[in-house]
Amino acid sequence: MKMTVSKGIGGLVSFAGYVLQYACITHCAFEYIGDFVMCSGPSMEPTLESDHILLTEHITPRLQRLRRGDIVIAKSPTNPRQNICKRITGLPGDKIRTSFTRRSQIVPRGHVWLEGDNSSNSADSRVFGPVPMGLIRSRAILRVWPVHKIDPF
Amino acid sequence: MWVKTVFKSLVLGLPIGITFLDTVGYVARVEGISMQPALNPESADTDYVFLSRWSVRDYDIKRGDVISLISPKDPGLKIIKRVVGLQGDVVNTLGYKNQYVKVPEGHCWVEGDHTGHTLDSNSFGPVSLGLITARAVCIVWPPKRWQSLETKVPETRRPISMAL
Repeated sequence: MKMTVSKGIGGLVSFAGYVLQYACITHCAFEYIGDFVMCSGPSMEPTLESDHILLTEHITPRLQRLRRGDIVIAKSPTNPRQNICKRITGLPGDKIRTSFTRRSQIVPRGHVWLEGDNSSNSADSRVFGPVPMGLIRSRAILRVWPVHKIDPF
Repeated sequence: MWVKTVFKSLVLGLPIGITFLDTVGYVARVEGISMQPALNPESADTDYVFLSRWSVRDYDIKRGDVISLISPKDPGLKIIKRVVGLQGDVVNTLGYKNQYVKVPEGHCWVEGDHTGHTLDSNSFGPVSLGLITARAVCIVWPPKRWQSLETKVPETRRPISMAL
């Protein structure tokens, strides 16, 4: 009887160890390599619609190899708990003409200009200005859901 | 055989270590004079501080906290500053383009303690909370500098009006 109890405890401990191990591996993979993101909201239509799922990678933003036209996931500048999905339309030094103010603006160092594809219904850099690159989390590489629309960007 | 053992423990141990550093915190060296006299009081020897990731997991910071953040001007650089104003506060700036600034939603105003020798919100404006990476809790090295870092805004740098 004693034997089985100690065996049971040993099993539990090793099981907890496995759970911890795989949780940490998952954390590292999602934080440093890539993860899946579900879109919501109309700001990237027609490219992306609500409930599409994207595969994103964290390596390009970390190496600062972002280019114009990349679709990126960034923390919202006005609310860090929320993520936004937009397209990079300007890199540092680019001149951006904003339609609201009719005034052109130069993207400062270390910042990017983000815009949604659905320009009539998108809160983006035209509202909150250039976004620091440090807020960019990942770059979208592939749409994985829905299945009939699997498509690299 | 031992190569296999080393490799195996590396593969299993590395993710655990990285996750620990990512969620709990890590020790970093402070460079520069921008936080004198709280950090690096003598330029010759540098302080090592413990940066707590856990205490900023919900972006919950207070005025006076010493925080580390990604520089808005250079995403590859981390800077360490003191929080002076939170969102909604009105700050009296030192040499920013406007004399008085209301800190926008989701932002904070950070300054170095060493006024005049620091690159802070007075040059790049309010910073987004999303750039914050950790809170500096205490100095861990050298031993004669062992102390925790106070949450204190210098008397002269208090915001003019505080929200909440």
